Amino acid sequence: MQNRVFVTGIGIISAIGYDTKEVLVSLLNRRSGIGSLTLIDSVYRNEIPVGEIKASNHDLQQLAGPGSNKWNTRTTLLGVLAAREAYEQAGLESGTESRAGFISATTVGGMDRSEIFYKKFMADKSRGRLKNIIGHDCGDSTEKIADSIGIKGFVTTLNTACSSSANSIILGTRLIRNGLLDVVVAGGTDALTLFTLNGFNSLMILDREICRPFDETRNGLNLGEGSAFLVLESEERVDRSGKKVLCEISGFGNACDAFHQTASSPEGEGAYLSMKLALDSAGILPGDIDYINAHGTGTRNNDLSEGTAVRRIFPAELPLLSSTKSYTGHTLAAAGAIEAVLSVLAIQNGVIYPNLNFSRQMNELDFSPVTELIKDIQIKHIMSNSFGFGGNNSTLILSRCS
Amino acid sequence: MEQLIAKLKAEIIEVLNLTEMTPDDIDADKPLFVEGLGLDSIDALELIVLLEKKYGLKIGTAEEGKTVLRSVRSMADFITANNKG
Amino acid sequence: MRKEEYIISDFCIIRNNRAIVNGELIFSAPRHNTAAFLTALYRHLDVGYAKFFKMDSLCKLGFLASELILRKHDPILPDQADDTGLILANAASSIDSDRNHQRSIADHDAYFPSPSVFVYTLANIVAGEISIRHKLHGENAFFIDRQFDPVRMHAYATQLFDEDIIKRCLMGWVELDGDRYEAVLYFIQKSAGHKDGIAIFEPGKLNDIYLQGSDLWNN
Repeated sequence: MQNRVFVTGIGIISAIGYDTKEVLVSLLNRRSGIGSLTLIDSVYRNEIPVGEIKASNHDLQQLAGPGSNKWNTRTTLLGVLAAREAYEQAGLESGTESRAGFISATTVGGMDRSEIFYKKFMADKSRGRLKNIIGHDCGDSTEKIADSIGIKGFVTTLNTACSSSANSIILGTRLIRNGLLDVVVAGGTDALTLFTLNGFNSLMILDREICRPFDETRNGLNLGEGSAFLVLESEERVDRSGKKVLCEISGFGNACDAFHQTASSPEGEGAYLSMKLALDSAGILPGDIDYINAHGTGTRNNDLSEGTAVRRIFPAELPLLSSTKSYTGHTLAAAGAIEAVLSVLAIQNGVIYPNLNFSRQMNELDFSPVTELIKDIQIKHIMSNSFGFGGNNSTLILSRCS
Repeated sequence: MEQLIAKLKAEIIEVLNLTEMTPDDIDADKPLFVEGLGLDSIDALELIVLLEKKYGLKIGTAEEGKTVLRSVRSMADFITANNKG
Repeated sequence: MRKEEYIISDFCIIRNNRAIVNGELIFSAPRHNTAAFLTALYRHLDVGYAKFFKMDSLCKLGFLASELILRKHDPILPDQADDTGLILANAASSIDSDRNHQRSIADHDAYFPSPSVFVYTLANIVAGEISIRHKLHGENAFFIDRQFDPVRMHAYATQLFDEDIIKRCLMGWVELDGDRYEAVLYFIQKSAGHKDGIAIFEPGKLNDIYLQGSDLWNN
């Protein structure tokens, strides 16, 4: 008999807010966080819109408070802030949890600092501050964030591109379901860097305007940055403590598209499989889903592939669907967790978010995303998709608890 | 023109890592994508970088890319038309 | 899950310019550098997969290790493709390609980032390449660890087996950073009908195999 897994705390920092309260206000006011790049010195400064958090690393250190000088990479700083919010909301006390785990995910690691070091070092091998490269490894931010909230047990890092933090949540849920751990803080963190800006630009999938997910005229994604973590606890722990739960992780699925390194298959096979697996694992039918928070990056390829797969899963009536990436940008490894937090907020507040910037239905699809903010709606089950390069496709199902 | 085509074939093999091919294996008029060499979207992007890096020519849109990159000959025509060959 | 229910039916080690499968030396080319060795191994195996040459070194390494194991089990039948899990891990992530990409954007005056290099600046593309080759649609994961962690890899796969998400699993460690590389992959299957498996699927055996390879090459 598997344990049920509940969410007891959420934390987030993104272009639309520094914590869950601010993020919710932005969502309800249709206020996108996508704008100009201001903090990085890039040739694309006035050309590429991004979901940038308008705080320098120094500002983030101020926010993080005492001890923050040891967190010098942007991914670590963002992660510390988000993990702390989640941890505090769940009422956990640092260092007292014996069967606890911490699972994070990132694609850039400490690249925001390393690329600064690299430039100086390549020009003159006697220059460059070593402090800027010691945080480079993907695992470094994970360990530092885990330390900041006092988790010493199971600590690991996932790296599956844009589905990474959804997979963190899946792994955390599994560990609790199978009785290996009682509480897991799971999520991810990623920061904007020249590395990713230039890389994605070379793939010609960055829109020069604010992205338009599922729109016929869509022309690419906007990169974003941020971090989010969820505190997952076993049913037994929750019952014992009597604490309030925010929702349940009732199902999940992961599958491989096995089509191309960066493009999705036209029939959306990987997406179809991950959604189907998630529904099966939650023991619910397609008709039970009230809202789909889509991966919806705004690229020509993803939205067609995902839209096709969604239609295959929901051949009859489609649930309400939207992508929140025109609010936050595509936050890469953090996307799965950020969008899971937005899903938790949707369930808690009875709202469904609009797909901003939409005006024209895609020719190949027979449905459109939601464009109005819907309030005072009872949501029972949300399906959240996160699809990564390498064909790693993940789907989470979050459910309201009565 | 034939010299440019020969040069392009060698450059294509190099930038796309078509290690098992020789220039003789590439037909200048056959499609590069879907059929013919069966190149994919990442290969198309690499060819766009090649045109910029070696010939100083920028491709602005995906549509323009489709026309210019149809075959080795269409690439050569594009280069010649822009007086870069 | 009862201990004897799953077995390590095959394993492959690629290290120090040698490739061994189930304890048997398949190929060795000691005088080559990493790139030349991987190409030589590819040719020796007569794979016939031109896309190999587009991959970065990490993907080539993972691809060849999986090729060595899966050629004994290919084709993975269509009704098995969804049930085959792929779980990989390493420490250096995609650092080799990261460096190449960084180099290409370092000079503002000669600025030509290569999209095909950037594609490989993610560790899990290795899993993607293996899945594309063998049409594997099952669950796939990629972990970043300081070193090979047989306990955790075993626990993760066990959960997938227990939940009936997968019926077989290709898993292991694929690490590459310049000339320092190693790949140790295992194929895990139900023991029924596979009496000639290498060992019972348990962390100790995974570790023995991992270390076994390195002992042989220490002289």
